Amino acid sequence: MFDTANLTKLIFGRLTLESLPLHEPIIVGTFAMVALGGLALLGALTYFRLWGYLWKEWFTTVDHKRIGIMYMVLGIVMLLRGFADALMMRLQQAIAFNGSEGYLNSHHYDQVFTAHGVIMIFFVAMPLVTGLMNYVVPLQIGARDVSFPFLNNFSFWMTTAGAVLVMCSLFVGEFARTGWLAYPPLSNLSYSPDVGVDYYIWALQVAGVGTLLSGVNLICTIVKMRAPGMTMMKMPVFTWTSLCTNVLIVASFPVLTAVLALLSLDRYIGTNFFTNDFGGDPMMYVNLIWIWGHPEVYILILPAFGIFSEVTSTFSGKRLFGYTSMVYATVVITILSYLVWLHHFFTMGSGASVNSFFGITTMIISIPTGAKMFNWLFTMYRGRIRFELPMMWTVAFMLTFVIGGMTGVLLAVPPADFVLHNSLFLVAHFHNVIIGGVLFGLFAGIAYWFPKAFGFKLDPFWGKMSFWFWTVGFYFAFMPLYVLGLMGVTRRLRTFDDPSLQIWFVIAGIGAFLILLGIASFLIQIAVSVLRREQLVDTTGDPWDARTLEWATSSPPPAYNFAFTPVIHDNDAWWDMKRRGYARPLTGFKAIHMPSNTGTGVILAGLSTTMAFGLIWYMWWMAAGSFVALLAVAIGHTFNYHRSFHIPADEVVSVERARTELLVAGAKS
Amino acid sequence: MTIATGTIKAGEPVFYVVDEHDHPEGSSTQLGFWIYLMSDCLIFAILFAVYGVLGAKYAAGPAPKDLFDLSLVAVNTSFLLLSSLTYGFAMLSMQQNRVGAMQGWLVVTGLFGLAFLGIELTEFAHMIHEGATPQRSAFLSSFFTLVGTHGLHVTFGLIWLVTLMVQVKRFGLIEANRRRLVCLSMFWHFLDVIWIGVFTFVYLMGMLR
Repeated sequence: MFDTANLTKLIFGRLTLESLPLHEPIIVGTFAMVALGGLALLGALTYFRLWGYLWKEWFTTVDHKRIGIMYMVLGIVMLLRGFADALMMRLQQAIAFNGSEGYLNSHHYDQVFTAHGVIMIFFVAMPLVTGLMNYVVPLQIGARDVSFPFLNNFSFWMTTAGAVLVMCSLFVGEFARTGWLAYPPLSNLSYSPDVGVDYYIWALQVAGVGTLLSGVNLICTIVKMRAPGMTMMKMPVFTWTSLCTNVLIVASFPVLTAVLALLSLDRYIGTNFFTNDFGGDPMMYVNLIWIWGHPEVYILILPAFGIFSEVTSTFSGKRLFGYTSMVYATVVITILSYLVWLHHFFTMGSGASVNSFFGITTMIISIPTGAKMFNWLFTMYRGRIRFELPMMWTVAFMLTFVIGGMTGVLLAVPPADFVLHNSLFLVAHFHNVIIGGVLFGLFAGIAYWFPKAFGFKLDPFWGKMSFWFWTVGFYFAFMPLYVLGLMGVTRRLRTFDDPSLQIWFVIAGIGAFLILLGIASFLIQIAVSVLRREQLVDTTGDPWDARTLEWATSSPPPAYNFAFTPVIHDNDAWWDMKRRGYARPLTGFKAIHMPSNTGTGVILAGLSTTMAFGLIWYMWWMAAGSFVALLAVAIGHTFNYHRSFHIPADEVVSVERARTELLVAGAKS
Repeated sequence: MTIATGTIKAGEPVFYVVDEHDHPEGSSTQLGFWIYLMSDCLIFAILFAVYGVLGAKYAAGPAPKDLFDLSLVAVNTSFLLLSSLTYGFAMLSMQQNRVGAMQGWLVVTGLFGLAFLGIELTEFAHMIHEGATPQRSAFLSSFFTLVGTHGLHVTFGLIWLVTLMVQVKRFGLIEANRRRLVCLSMFWHFLDVIWIGVFTFVYLMGMLR
């Protein structure tokens, strides 16, 4: 007696065949490529019988090092997607003049710029930053793992689940067309009735759980698991900036969770938080999301500052200048980041007093940041600088970031902001600080710590190719946008009337192409390095003659990191050990207590994905079923009380003996 | 670099711990749970702030005076406060290793929690029946969300409570279970603190408006 239409609706919600973007040739082409590539990958994994290995050694791992590497892989894969979006936008804007509509219709173009922002922040920058923190922090503080190893695995898979949902939106349905922060009323049901905003909400909510838990985890790790002797003011600067970043994560991501929950209530049950009717207030959304959003940019940049500090002092062969001021500057930035959110919308019209307050707090942030800049310069001063790849990125950062910082201070002046608000000047500014700061920092960090993670250095030639293409490409791509912004061009435009503007967009497009070459060189660099790993091998565990504790162990480090927990006497612990004749222990090894692997994180994240998918498409049975299963698996997991094992002393002995042999062989050659 | 061999001589700096012991499991759990609670507290902070902004936007609909029954809310509040007290008794019994008494107090705690939820749901049903739905005005949207989020937390607390009681019954008062009971107690008291905020800012001050 069922009505077929009703039955279909019950099962598939609002998912129909029309939801598949078959009418968009670009998407169909992309899908064909992704499907072929994916099938090839799956086939290869099956052919080489790698599934068992991947599941046992990687997917279910609780080892912070492997989880860190998986975060990096996720970030790099998503970088390709986010950058493809960037290239599409640059091409569209370079050709959509003189009556031409370009090649992207507005429906598609609006999704592209939204997806670009969301992916680059949440699924490129965040995983890369979290990955480096995960990998490096426990090693720097002499710990064997993080405080909550299972939670770490779970966090990673939740982040991945968010990325999967965003990727899903490319082929099933559509993504938001609202800009990366989904301001209402545009993101309300009445103006965005499709699934785009729902994909946005649930991708961020699922990934947000992962981010928050990883923040809690790393704070506890840094506070509770430091090696004996490492007082707070003896922590490496990267650990300090990581601590501040994770404090920011814990103190800001709940705001995002809450505000997105309110938006979903508006969309799903018709409440009136951000509507224009019945007392709702759309500007409240803008305020709330920037209370999360501004700390978020410091979440990204602070670890990069930490990386630059480590790199500068290592490659200058000197102790970091002004360690204490560096720490206090970091803490001050952490606090100030909560007092500036309103500068993102001076044009709201909150009045001269409020705008002045937020303008001044914004300008004050440049003081601690400037102090850091001078600390790095003074570290280099009279140092024996080695211009290896990480140091090159650092110098490029200093030059580029100062420009971005100055345009930021300019935007902090409310009257100037009224002219420049939402213009390409703003777009140029934040790309200037995110690429010139965060991304350059991440590349410096990758080049710096890669030999630690894999036991061989990255190929310098292709690294330098990548470096020059990126740096030059950046200036070509974004300096024209400053010019265009000053001429009054607003962001997110699809077509243009004034033909005199075209040349600037063409230059910016050339810049984007140079960056493409930079990314290609980076990928080639990794491939070439893997092929040449014999020549690039690092037998010492300390290829850069570095200063902090992670270089005291082998490259790659054993599962337990340190056979004996180190004792710290100085800021630059490993430098101190080398200087005072540290003798690596060769006997007396004991069994080491370590956490066991578990597949629960993968299962919980998978169920979260299906629950989100059900909610997005109104397939209520799927959402409810997944939720119940989620609860059951989570509760079931708590009945497992045996979560650790001992690495037997024999195994520790043989691993350490292998290292001794490697060190001897390395010393001979 | 040189490869050093040999053992530590007297008077030289010590660079590693020689006689190491296993780290006790869960040594960071309470700190971690505190940090989680503070992040949860932030969610409530946002919901309170939203209520502060929208709490008087009645959109020509019903206001707190028309809707709230203070005596009912007072009963409800006392149920929740008492449940915190009984959880405290359960923890005291745990300290004295009296499993039976502890389980008993946990049952009482759970019943108080259930009664609290029951009254809250009755109140919600009554309001919705009168047309004061979450969709009616921004005030009601923020009211239902703030109070409902607290209620949702209590619900999860109850599920957690039952789970822990089963685990104590099956595995006894082992270290891991004690740790979990302490975490749940922090969670439970935290919900009490939040409710005091709700009672004050939403109900009492709502009646004054």
